Amino acid sequence: MLRINDLHASIEGKKILNGITLEVNAGEIHAIMGPNGSGKSTLASVIAGKEEYEIESGEILFNNEELTELKPEERAREGVFLAFQYPVEIPGVSNINFLRTALNEKRAHQGLDPMAAKEFLALVKEKAALVQLDDKLKNRSVNEGFSGGEKKRNEIFQMAMLNPKLAVLDETDSGLDIDALRIVAHGVNTLKSAENATIVVTHYQRLLDYIVPDFVHVLYNGKIVKTGSKELALELEEKGYDWIKQELGEEIQA
Amino acid sequence: MAYTEDDLKEELKSKEYEFGFTTDIESDKISIGLTEDTIRLISEKKNEPDWLLAYRLKAFNVWQAMHEPEWAHVKYNKPDFQAISYYAAPKQKKVLESLDEVDPELRKTMEKLGISLEEQKRLSGVAVDFVMDSVSVATSFKEKLGELGIIFCSFGEAVQNHPDLIKKYMGSVVPMTDNFYAALNSAVFTDGSFCYIPKGVRCPMELSTYFRINESGTGQFERTLVVADKGSYCSYLEGCTAPQRDENQLHAAVVELIALDDAEIKYSTVQNWYPGDDKGIGGVFNFVTKRGLCEKNAKISWTQVETGSAVTWKYPSCILKGDNSIGEFYSVAVTNNFQQADTGTKMLHIGKNTRSTIISKGISAGKSQNSYRGLVKIGKNAQNARNFSQCDSLLMSDRCGAHTFPYIECDNPTAKVEHEATTSKIGEDQIFYCLQRGIDEEKAIGLIVNGYAKEVLNKLPMEFAVEAQKLLEISLEGSVG
Repeated sequence: MLRINDLHASIEGKKILNGITLEVNAGEIHAIMGPNGSGKSTLASVIAGKEEYEIESGEILFNNEELTELKPEERAREGVFLAFQYPVEIPGVSNINFLRTALNEKRAHQGLDPMAAKEFLALVKEKAALVQLDDKLKNRSVNEGFSGGEKKRNEIFQMAMLNPKLAVLDETDSGLDIDALRIVAHGVNTLKSAENATIVVTHYQRLLDYIVPDFVHVLYNGKIVKTGSKELALELEEKGYDWIKQELGEEIQA
Repeated sequence: MAYTEDDLKEELKSKEYEFGFTTDIESDKISIGLTEDTIRLISEKKNEPDWLLAYRLKAFNVWQAMHEPEWAHVKYNKPDFQAISYYAAPKQKKVLESLDEVDPELRKTMEKLGISLEEQKRLSGVAVDFVMDSVSVATSFKEKLGELGIIFCSFGEAVQNHPDLIKKYMGSVVPMTDNFYAALNSAVFTDGSFCYIPKGVRCPMELSTYFRINESGTGQFERTLVVADKGSYCSYLEGCTAPQRDENQLHAAVVELIALDDAEIKYSTVQNWYPGDDKGIGGVFNFVTKRGLCEKNAKISWTQVETGSAVTWKYPSCILKGDNSIGEFYSVAVTNNFQQADTGTKMLHIGKNTRSTIISKGISAGKSQNSYRGLVKIGKNAQNARNFSQCDSLLMSDRCGAHTFPYIECDNPTAKVEHEATTSKIGEDQIFYCLQRGIDEEKAIGLIVNGYAKEVLNKLPMEFAVEAQKLLEISLEGSVG
């Protein structure tokens, strides 16, 4: 589904990604871990198409199509979803109106008519229940006055509504208490299917107790330096990132 | 079926100033220039009584002694008052029995404006008094209103049929000496609307007037007078569009509202006059005096959405004379390209326990300048007066300007006056968030701006709110930078 080949990217002349290679197939969950400043969020933003980042070389193929040639909104309509680390507030725009606009844009792209109001509301009800989103929040302005946990749940609610092929969760666990973490994980797990794939970007192993990855990648200095199974996450938790740095240092010396 | 944002987008496909067409109707237009003779000619053409001619001539003398004000935060080439024709009436001598008799060209114009009268008739409760250039050509629902004793007609008709009401109230809120443009209007006004709601009557429909500047080179000098008698209520809609013109056109209207004891007037405006092109050429000069008077327990509420005109200079105000009276001002003013707007309100608290609310949302884009100027004055007898003002500015580019000039004068220690102001720039992170959900930039800006202006848009009657949303989006297309 997603194939990233030797991707180099920078922001304002500062190199952040130094040759990322990653393959994600349908039905898989990948975790990307790494210390602060390793480039995790940059990778998420580059996949979503944030303009500030400059792709210097390499390719990002999404279903064999070069993603970097698509505008951010086209990527979204093709099925790329980013759950934001810091969901943005849009005062005065109701959550539900926002989602309806988004959903109908996607449907238009697929050649479908806008969803009928009744059908839409039924879908909202179903998907909101998935992340136990408070009824009130549906009609409130997008993320305005939401608690940290509510914002993250709202991201997963939007993901459920838009049913993406590839979901990138950028530190969705940050700022969540354990109950909210369970709810969010339950949502993500329920949405998992043989047709979609998920990339979970996180600092901590904790989230991976609930969203069990097929692969764990360690990102360091803009490069994937280690790939393993879910046990790798446990090892990281135990030993910290210094262990990787040391190992890497040895490699360089050798 | 509700009107969705997609329907809206569908309608927005044409990006140019969408009402930039000119109706080809023979016009009865007098030659340019302004002298006492011009005024006598207007008065004669309108078959006016002597007292009104005397009023006009007096105003003309007052005006001649005045100077054009310069304190507003706008720059423009002053109009040459001798280069304007002061009267243009579509040649339609016959009094119309029904709408079917209206000139087909005019009907077409109305349809393009989206206010075909058939449709308006079917739409429950909207009576339209359509003003093409300066003379009203069609008035609907008059009979239905007549049953309730409501008078809703052109100003000219009111002069003929209800001279006592006109004599009593005209100039009672905006005297001819008030300011330069009010004096000019008092001298040369050609037509406008008049509305009277009798005691205790609640007007069951929105009263709506569409103004349209059509004749190239004609200034428009409209007068609107709304009188709500004791305990009555009405909601008045004023919507404006003008065809595309290269020369500047002057519009200097006067609107007077009178809410007697326990009465309520809601006055809503959507203004979309030609703002000039993206190089700042052409566009309408909009210098308007709007003011309402509240007697005891009365309420006046101004709501305006301003997207048009090259230069706007306008302060819908409330004189809260009666005890417990209420004044409200809700405004969205959008400026783009080279537009300049200096707009706001005045709330004059005279009676006890008077309350006022001001919500102003400015949106500036391109190289435009957008100013809020407001006065809250608490008189010495206005015990327990309350005011709340909120002035927000949204910047869409880094070359535009937003300015706030709030004036507060308080002569009573029991008064409570609050003022809040914010300035923000439309966020790239907000736009990216929308993009990532599949919403393109133009739609994203529409959503964000409409969300920002929602508090004001919510105050508009439904049909108007939809039109207003549309205008905001049209006015701001491609303006983030």
